[in-house]
Amino acid sequence: MAVLTIKDLHVSVEGKEILKGVNLEVKGGEIHAIMGPNGTGKSTLSSAIMGHPKYEVTQGSITLDGQDVLEMEVDERARAGLFLAMQYPSEISGITNADFLRAAINARLGEGNEISLMKFIRKLDEKMAFLEMNPDMAHRYLNEGFSGGEKKRNEILQLMMLEPKIAILDEIDSGLDIDALKIVSKGVNEMRGSDFGCLIITHYQRLLNYITPDYVHVMMQGRIVKSGGPELAQRLEAEGYDWIKKELGIEDEAVEQEA
Amino acid sequence: MTVETKLPFTQDYVRSFSEERGEPSWLLNLRLQALAKAEELPLPKPDKTKIDNWNFTQFRNHVVESKPLSSLEELPEAVKALIDLNEENKNLYVQRDHTAAYISLSEDLKAKGVIFTDIFTAVSEHSELVAKYFMKDGVKVDEHRLTALHAALFNGGVFVYVPKNVEVNVPLQAVYIHENPEAALFNHVIVVADDNSKVTYVENYISTNETANAVVNIIAEVFANTNARVFFGAVDNLAKGVTTYVNRRGIAGRDGRIEWALGLMNDGDTVSENITRLIGDGSFGDTKTVVVGRGEQTQNFTTSVIHYGKHTEGYILKHGVMKDSATSIFNGIGKIEHGASKSNAEQESRVLMLSDKARGDANPILLIDEDDVTAGHAASVGRVDPTQLYYLMSRGIPKAEAERLIIHGFLAPVVSQIPIESVKKQLIEVIERKVK
Ligand SMILES: Nc1ncnc2c1ncn2[C@@H]1O[C@H](COP(=O)(O)OP(=O)(O)O)[C@@H](O)[C@H]1O
Ligand SMILES: [Mg+2]
Repeated sequence: MAVLTIKDLHVSVEGKEILKGVNLEVKGGEIHAIMGPNGTGKSTLSSAIMGHPKYEVTQGSITLDGQDVLEMEVDERARAGLFLAMQYPSEISGITNADFLRAAINARLGEGNEISLMKFIRKLDEKMAFLEMNPDMAHRYLNEGFSGGEKKRNEILQLMMLEPKIAILDEIDSGLDIDALKIVSKGVNEMRGSDFGCLIITHYQRLLNYITPDYVHVMMQGRIVKSGGPELAQRLEAEGYDWIKKELGIEDEAVEQEA
Repeated sequence: MTVETKLPFTQDYVRSFSEERGEPSWLLNLRLQALAKAEELPLPKPDKTKIDNWNFTQFRNHVVESKPLSSLEELPEAVKALIDLNEENKNLYVQRDHTAAYISLSEDLKAKGVIFTDIFTAVSEHSELVAKYFMKDGVKVDEHRLTALHAALFNGGVFVYVPKNVEVNVPLQAVYIHENPEAALFNHVIVVADDNSKVTYVENYISTNETANAVVNIIAEVFANTNARVFFGAVDNLAKGVTTYVNRRGIAGRDGRIEWALGLMNDGDTVSENITRLIGDGSFGDTKTVVVGRGEQTQNFTTSVIHYGKHTEGYILKHGVMKDSATSIFNGIGKIEHGASKSNAEQESRVLMLSDKARGDANPILLIDEDDVTAGHAASVGRVDPTQLYYLMSRGIPKAEAERLIIHGFLAPVVSQIPIESVKKQLIEVIERKVK
């Protein structure tokens, strides 16, 4: 069973400290949700885990099954079993979705163990049908000209094709209508199992009606300030974040502006 | 370095060259007049590239002897890879240096009156037809020294003619092999699609030697007459030592359409000019070019669509990848003449830089002499987008492979257009080899 362990993580972007000591452990079989107002560092956390070059870890550690993730290149992290569904997926012209997915799968399997074309196509057809995607999407260029909702669905398609140990879904729900939200949730629920851990980042409780989390964390000012079960998400939905701010004596929910 | 500008060939030489081939007098005279003009005319002036010191005129052999092929199996592997050897009804021309080495045209097309033959055979068998198109309304003899020199000395090429109302639905392929390192190639290609006809022509230039110092001067003239369609694909893959001047010109009549997909992969210094003249009302020109520059080479690519007719549409797309110390200028010119109302000129030029020492310059130009038109352009010079790289790597794809994918994606607009699988595959392989 996989374990992603984050200890005392401090992260800066362009010299500005955004994360100020995050502690979190996600195990296979668990679904965690991180909620919080905009600008509090949720995407920064996901980018730092995946290794985006702009995000500098200044303190703390991230390990996956005891291996030092911070020592790994981005692609090595992915091959070790991490996956990030990005808030803003890139568009890449000239590479079809299918070619890209095959390259990604084969990168995991390694030279000599490549997936057969037949097997790949069968799996792709199956997952696309499950996510109610138009089969044409396989032959369109990667995310190019996709609508917001199509991009999100395509992230979940990649998740299902790549079958990571631990996935981080960064605002996979934003910009989705209810039908699309249900499909995306169906995809994530399909992945659920003891081999799969998931960290869902959202600021709407709505998503958690479809994917019931085991743990809910609240992030503010670059820290996880409160953790609990699914009932915490419901209270946030009903009452907002003010009560937490009051409880913790936080003035402004966003990261302080620099002078 | 100073370059000898005196031409290495005399009127007497050109006269006997032409007479030996039994050329009609119109062509002999055209050659002789052209040679005289080549003495006086200046070199072309490709914008932003200085070519005074390039060698376009000094070479040892105007004609070399090469053997015709008794079987395609005799071809070098690199050339065989371009050809579908299993296809029985080949429409294929292979030229070794100056020798028409292999030609085949399906009986079906022959019966329909399609002409696909080497330029010398065409001159002797269809003199009037060739005379009607040869350096008249397409490229003019006296545009500059290199067009004049070309007319005087052309020593290879093909002639394609598709009669009225004939649609050719399989590609015609020409392969020009630069075999002998001392051979100078002055290749002339004419593609004519007469009224309401349709044709696809794909050409490959390939060196099978590591040439030290050779001259190649290519002119292709393409005519889409009334309501005709021409698709013209090319992969140029000449060796490092070859200095190339290549001029591909299209003339579209009323409702005519010309589409170009050009993979310009030469390793030597190259001046490439591709102009499409939309003469007839409702005509259409689409020109897609991809380029990879590497090593020390300097290249200049001028692509232009000129609108004369009303309701004409012109599209220019150019994508270039520059590595090592390669230098390239990409000039894109959309020109709308007075009277070409309701026309649309669009262009996009993008250059991807893979090295600090490489230079790439995209110059989009719109020249508009008419009010009632639409036009637009986009240009950029940049590096591989780190966000795209991160995205691909986050799926487990190693950095080098991710870069490779992005570069191939960037060049896909032309690669995906090539209608012959073997040529497409070869273009992908050339790109692979060049960007590595
Ligand atoms: N790439 C970046 N460049 C500059 N500032 C950034 C970047 N990413 C995030 N930030 C800043 O870090 C803070 C937290 O952003 P983010 O992690 O995206 O928040 P969230 O995902 O919680 O909305 C914000 O103040 C944001 O402006
Ligand atoms: Mg965010």
